[in-house]
Amino acid sequence: MFNWFSQIVAVTHFSMRSLPQRAGSSVTAMLGITGVVAVMVGVLSIAQGVLRTMESSVGDNNAIVLRSGSDTEMMSGLAGEDTRIIAEAPGIARDETGVLASPELFVIINLPMLTTGTDANVPLRGVQTQAMSVRSSFRLVEGRMFEWGLNEVIVGTGAQGQFAGLGLGASIEVGQEKWLVVGVFEAGGGLAESEIWVDAAVLQPAFRRGNSYQAVYVKLESSDAFDEFKEALTSDPRLNVKPMREAEYYASQSTVVYNMITGLGTLIAVIMGMGAVFGALNTMYTAVSSRNREIATLRALGFRAGPIVISVVSESLLLAFAGGLIGAGLAWLAFDGFLTSTLNWASFSAITFAFDVNAKLLAQGIMFAMLIGLVGGLFPAIRAARQPVAQALREL
Amino acid sequence: MKYFFLISSGLKRKKIRTGLTILSIMVAFILFGYLTAIRQAFDAGVEVAGVDRLIVRHKVSLIQLLPQNYESKIERVDGVDNAIHSTWFGGIYKEPRNFFAQIPIVPEELFDMYPEYIISDEHKAAWLETRSGVLVGRGLMDRFDWKLGDRIPINATIWGKKDGGRTWEFDLVAIYEGAEKGTDTSQFFIRYDFFDETRANGGGLVGWYTVRVSDPDKAAEVAAAIDAEFANSAHETKAEAEGAFIQGFANQIGNIYFIIMSIMSAVFFTILLVAGNTMAYTVRERTNELAVLKAIGFTDRGVLGLVLGESLVLTIIGGTLGLGLAWFLVSMGDPTQGSFPVFYLPVRDVFIGLGLIIAMAFVAGIIPALQAQKLQIADALRR
Amino acid sequence: MTTNSSEGCLVKVQAVDKVFKRGSEEIHVLGGLDLEIPAGEFLALMGPSGSGKSTLLNLIGGLDRPSEGIVDVGGLRIDTLSNRKLAGWRARHIGLVFQFYNLMPALSAQKNVELPLLLTRLSRAERKKRASIALDIVGLSHRTGHYPRQLSGGEQQRTGIARAIVTDPTLLLCDEPTGDLDRKSGDEILDLLQALNREQGKTIIMVTHDIHAAARATRILYLNKGQLSTEAID
Repeated sequence: MFNWFSQIVAVTHFSMRSLPQRAGSSVTAMLGITGVVAVMVGVLSIAQGVLRTMESSVGDNNAIVLRSGSDTEMMSGLAGEDTRIIAEAPGIARDETGVLASPELFVIINLPMLTTGTDANVPLRGVQTQAMSVRSSFRLVEGRMFEWGLNEVIVGTGAQGQFAGLGLGASIEVGQEKWLVVGVFEAGGGLAESEIWVDAAVLQPAFRRGNSYQAVYVKLESSDAFDEFKEALTSDPRLNVKPMREAEYYASQSTVVYNMITGLGTLIAVIMGMGAVFGALNTMYTAVSSRNREIATLRALGFRAGPIVISVVSESLLLAFAGGLIGAGLAWLAFDGFLTSTLNWASFSAITFAFDVNAKLLAQGIMFAMLIGLVGGLFPAIRAARQPVAQALREL
Repeated sequence: MKYFFLISSGLKRKKIRTGLTILSIMVAFILFGYLTAIRQAFDAGVEVAGVDRLIVRHKVSLIQLLPQNYESKIERVDGVDNAIHSTWFGGIYKEPRNFFAQIPIVPEELFDMYPEYIISDEHKAAWLETRSGVLVGRGLMDRFDWKLGDRIPINATIWGKKDGGRTWEFDLVAIYEGAEKGTDTSQFFIRYDFFDETRANGGGLVGWYTVRVSDPDKAAEVAAAIDAEFANSAHETKAEAEGAFIQGFANQIGNIYFIIMSIMSAVFFTILLVAGNTMAYTVRERTNELAVLKAIGFTDRGVLGLVLGESLVLTIIGGTLGLGLAWFLVSMGDPTQGSFPVFYLPVRDVFIGLGLIIAMAFVAGIIPALQAQKLQIADALRR
Repeated sequence: MTTNSSEGCLVKVQAVDKVFKRGSEEIHVLGGLDLEIPAGEFLALMGPSGSGKSTLLNLIGGLDRPSEGIVDVGGLRIDTLSNRKLAGWRARHIGLVFQFYNLMPALSAQKNVELPLLLTRLSRAERKKRASIALDIVGLSHRTGHYPRQLSGGEQQRTGIARAIVTDPTLLLCDEPTGDLDRKSGDEILDLLQALNREQGKTIIMVTHDIHAAARATRILYLNKGQLSTEAID
């Protein structure tokens, strides 16, 4: 065993010394892997970003109530009376302001995108006083809260970053009226950050909705209280509603977008991965063949095939690791936090999100690189080690 | 080409290396082809949009409705040839996943406004006869395996029925084909009169107007005139060219061009690097051989040609294989299963791909080829 | 076969210098060398390592240029020709035989021999025919389809010689042709070269450090420190 080990050390030492000669092809192999990993991580970070937006800010205690038969807020409709009944259901948490149930109205408004100047469908939410407390991660970061009853709005950080005319003090035109932007808010990175909020009582007449809402967001006393809450609402003969855990609701909303991006992204990543493997194999074969004489000489001298294979593979892994690290780093630098928006098919409105290059993705990228390095180094190494020594020595 | 066997022998020297390089190049072009098809899917709507058509919608919000009586007012605007209304039905067929557009519209108006929808006279008549009849696109028919005469139930989320129910039933009596490859044949057209008399509320309100202008060059002016007509009214409008409207949607989905171009560039650059490096290495390795060729009497330029020739053969094989495979993959259909109304690889882009193949061959091979050209025989033979 | 009619000398080397640059160092390999080789001669060039034998061979074959002086082959001043013209000239007039054969590993013996003919205007059938003839002359007609790695050293060298004569060149230049072969194979090669010289009148210049090989030549010259002499200097 010691013999083996010392052989490995000797061979590796030998190959490290010849590395400068092979610098060109080694750097190329590494760069190839860098490119693939950077693009892969970049593309998948889009899906991660969407997912993060969808999933965040949703506690286990949160639930949403829609009209039965609707799958999204947009399609749902609840009478003002219904929302009052819902607010009386058991299991809802309370604080000093009262019951934490928030009836809300959801519409779309057209605003130009900052990047292209063309119109986008921006979500506009009509809320009541409870909306902020129901969402535990809500936080005003600039300006102030709008005054109830006035034509004032607050905008999410995401919305402000993507759409034109949402700076503090600017006004949006709604029909004949102008609504003033008085504050900017954050909501833990969640969907709400793509939205504009206004007093429901102001929104309803503007969009001719009478006293109707679309959903009621509630914060329950505990996660377990959901079953009781749901039972009470579905068995109430006055109501025809569909209560859901908010997490479930978002999951169903995001499916189409997430699947589309992940599907496409993975397909692209796989194809690129194949290209990377071929490229890596190619470079490794070339690198190994340039050392054929060295390797043949070592074997002629008595070194065994095993240590040689290990040495070549380790070099390949090292290069791949370096390449993967750089690629992941580049992706993180270039993509992480990059704000953009896409269309949420479920609500037909824009959802803003930031590319999310998280630790999990970085790790995946580097592991993928190492896999390429392993495959890329193993085959040429084995081939070199198995070639008849005499033949290898003869080859010039 | 009598030198061909020399080129091919050079490539056969290290079969594995040649094979792997070809495979890498193949992958680059599969990606090129597939990404191009995706980009085309986003662009297709814009390309086939009628140059003489405008979309007029509610200025404040896409989901706000417009009065039906706007139609005659719009038609009175100078430069307008015809105006028709459409509405978003937004129902669900079995599951939300099976998303497709359902649109109440007046049949004769549709025939007039959309010449790219090809419908047989028989079907036109059938639709006009059946109040609950629907006109369905070929793509949609194929997607769900529907047949003429089927009864299609749609669960309405927005529009309740006067009788209180939410399930609307339609009869499939007419089919339309697309005139061009990019024409959307995934739509479901409902008769407006049936829709209007059955819906519980929203009577007299429609979603948006499609307007044909008599002179496409004046489209912008006519759009402005329409908006001016309804400015300061209870329902202000926004009119724009159909192409621009569709582009707006694509833009919302994301800056597709940028993303796709970035990916393609990254991939190409990487593969170019690998191919170039392989070729450079090959030349270094074959210094002796190349010197012998020169000694025998091959000119400097001849040897340059040999190396470039090898580069060309490699990339042509890899590139055409890649484009071919991309074509095959694309023909397997929309990867998002329904989000793209059309999905195909335009012939124009295949030609661009071929051009790229040649360019890649040159860029990857030129430096090694120049090195081969400059090789000094005496030096090289001595090694 | 061309002969310089006025003087009967095929090759004339006059006052030739050759200087190599190794980094910043200048090495004078040949200095003021004169040499005349009549047509039909089988000349052996001998000398210690580094004496410049191969360099001289390269100059005569147009594989390199002299730093100073004149190289005249068949009445043509090849030292003044451009690279392109030299290539063409070599293709027609020079046949090269190398110590390590320098065959293309991915081509069969037949194709290897045809290689120089690609530079001519001959048809495919013609090329094939000539190559077959050349291979026949060297005694390898039964191995034409084999690849170099399938041939013995001697067979490979014979293929090399076939390639060298397939264009019917004016001059055959051989750089240590038997250097890599065992005694028996080496002798066979030398027999072949002698036959080409005696029976077909080929002018041959052979660089070698093997006395026995040199003995087959019609004249032996020794090269030492860039100077030619008829006597070996120890």
